[in-house]
Amino acid sequence: MLTVGSLSRAELTARLSGDGLVLRTGPFTNRIRSDVSPLIDGLALMYADYPVEPAGGFVDFHLELQRSGGLRRWHRSQVHFTYDGTTPFQPLPLGQAYPMLEWTMNWCVSHRAHGYLIIHAAVLEKHGRAIILPAPPGSGKSTLTAALLGHGWRLLSDELTLVHLGDGVLVPLPRPVSLKNASIDIIRAFRPDAVLSRPVEETTKGTIAHLKAPQDSIARALEPAKPACIVFPRWEAGAAIALDPLPKARAFMQVADNCFNYQVLGARGFTALGALIDASDTYTFRYSSLPDAMALFERLAQGPA
Amino acid sequence: MTGLPLLIRVLRDPHAVRALDGAGWDLLLRQADAANLDAYLLVLLEDAGLLDTVPAAPRAHLEWTRVGAAGHAQAARYEVRQIGRALEGLGLPLILLKGAAYAMAGLDAGRGRLFSDIDILVPKARLPEVEAALMMHGWITTHHDAYDQRYYRQWMHELPPMQHARRGNSIDVHHAILPETAPVRPDPDKLRAAARPIAGEPQLATLSPADMVLHSAVHLFFDGEFDKGLRDLVDLHRLLGQFGAEPGFWDALPARARELELGRPLFYALRYCPRLLGTVVPPAVQAAVVSDGPNPALLWLMDRLFGRALLPLHASCDDVLSSPARFALYVRGNWLRMPPLLLAQHLFHKAFITKHNESQAA
Repeated sequence: MLTVGSLSRAELTARLSGDGLVLRTGPFTNRIRSDVSPLIDGLALMYADYPVEPAGGFVDFHLELQRSGGLRRWHRSQVHFTYDGTTPFQPLPLGQAYPMLEWTMNWCVSHRAHGYLIIHAAVLEKHGRAIILPAPPGSGKSTLTAALLGHGWRLLSDELTLVHLGDGVLVPLPRPVSLKNASIDIIRAFRPDAVLSRPVEETTKGTIAHLKAPQDSIARALEPAKPACIVFPRWEAGAAIALDPLPKARAFMQVADNCFNYQVLGARGFTALGALIDASDTYTFRYSSLPDAMALFERLAQGPA
Repeated sequence: MTGLPLLIRVLRDPHAVRALDGAGWDLLLRQADAANLDAYLLVLLEDAGLLDTVPAAPRAHLEWTRVGAAGHAQAARYEVRQIGRALEGLGLPLILLKGAAYAMAGLDAGRGRLFSDIDILVPKARLPEVEAALMMHGWITTHHDAYDQRYYRQWMHELPPMQHARRGNSIDVHHAILPETAPVRPDPDKLRAAARPIAGEPQLATLSPADMVLHSAVHLFFDGEFDKGLRDLVDLHRLLGQFGAEPGFWDALPARARELELGRPLFYALRYCPRLLGTVVPPAVQAAVVSDGPNPALLWLMDRLFGRALLPLHASCDDVLSSPARFALYVRGNWLRMPPLLLAQHLFHKAFITKHNESQAA
């Protein structure tokens, strides 16, 4: 199998500036074209283990991220995103090209892939049990995810939980984990082995760095998982660890609030979310110490005694 | 017809998809997406019994489209009901135009036809009441610039678009189908007088079949924006296909067009629908509209302009003249909205004064 890592830098650059690199992420293929070197750096590092598909066939998403032309090429250069010729977003400073690739790849899925109920949530699996961590901002979801990945958990996704509308399984979309601000140093300290992309400052979300997905999670990207728990995390300085059951009706409404396409799916979304809530134990979770959280998640992975 | 873009070849003959490989499906779905016709493509393939021949990956995209389109249709029906409730006390039929009309009346043209705004037609004298009633029910005007407000209220055929404060959906309240400043003035009283109730929907109405076709034609061929040009041509194709089977429709259409001063847009509709989409138009009707067409030199030019602007707005359909053609039609569209001096003043204002005010505010 051809992977991004098996291409030389020159080959990778040639594909990206030519007909495009066809990158497989979970169930999707992305044709990416770009001439922006910070993007190529990020992609080469974060996606080294991902399959590259041959060009010239059917592709799910067509993304282009190019450097500004004209005077902007030299002064305050920007990166422009186009989706097959349309321009849904404003350009960003050139240095933010790699995070922009991640955001636009998320956008493609959340706006188009209506074969899934798409929840803004991280999802990890261990011992066959998947745990969904929905993500109100500031909950520390990505920090917790990054920490758990060093403890034998498989990454299904850090941002987009895909619930298959047909059979209710969770379809993996393992991609890099987005860490913000203080989380970057916390994870560097907690997981010295972690591979991080170069931090990018002054984005709308502050400083951003991405953590490479574990090789084993990428290799198992076509292996779905069954939902076991939905946990709403909350990091609070100095808080004692607490896992409290959340009534299912409230869990339903809170997950619905975190969906990208719940409204679009109508009755099918309601049915899919209902089945997901029925199949899952639902909790709120407060913590201040990552090692304590690791131990508690290990118990959740073991399942009911 | 091999010179036509793939999407148009498939719209003419859905069985053409049997020959497609992965790259062909890739191109077809991208062109359909760019033309806003992906949901229609699904309807077409399903009606032709071809859906099961579609390979898994493009089939998945078509199914995503189905889900998105169903959600969209449900939201649109809900929105129409809310508008109906808001206007209930005014004693007016709710005359729907374009996409909302096709969908609510259950026309062929409404299947797989998405629309973002809901367009309605009311008498000009009742505009203040309609606007007030909509505001009472949560719709607010979207153009806050004093010049924009004057532009709409003094010169245009509609109120500034209104948007629902909570749901975000937009409504365009029309009192006519062309601007006040346009050289031709289809009489809105005649349009409203011929409007027909929608069966099973007590409050709702559409224009008459002929008027629906004429409105669709004027909307397409008098406008300057062609980003949805092919989608609008498909509307015409489907309206003509369905109404053409009704007795008396074809006989009345050319006369009605002249009565409403819309002979020219009908001429273009009956020229480009058959040329691009293979629409069947009786020869007698073609003969009846010939005199409404432009002179041969202008027609030669319009064939070249519309022949490009009506293709999907996708890089794979463009040649070196596509951009100039779209620009020329943009200028023409504005020219047809306003007399030259007023247009010059308007463009000057938008280019310098609005821009200046915006940069001051920012």
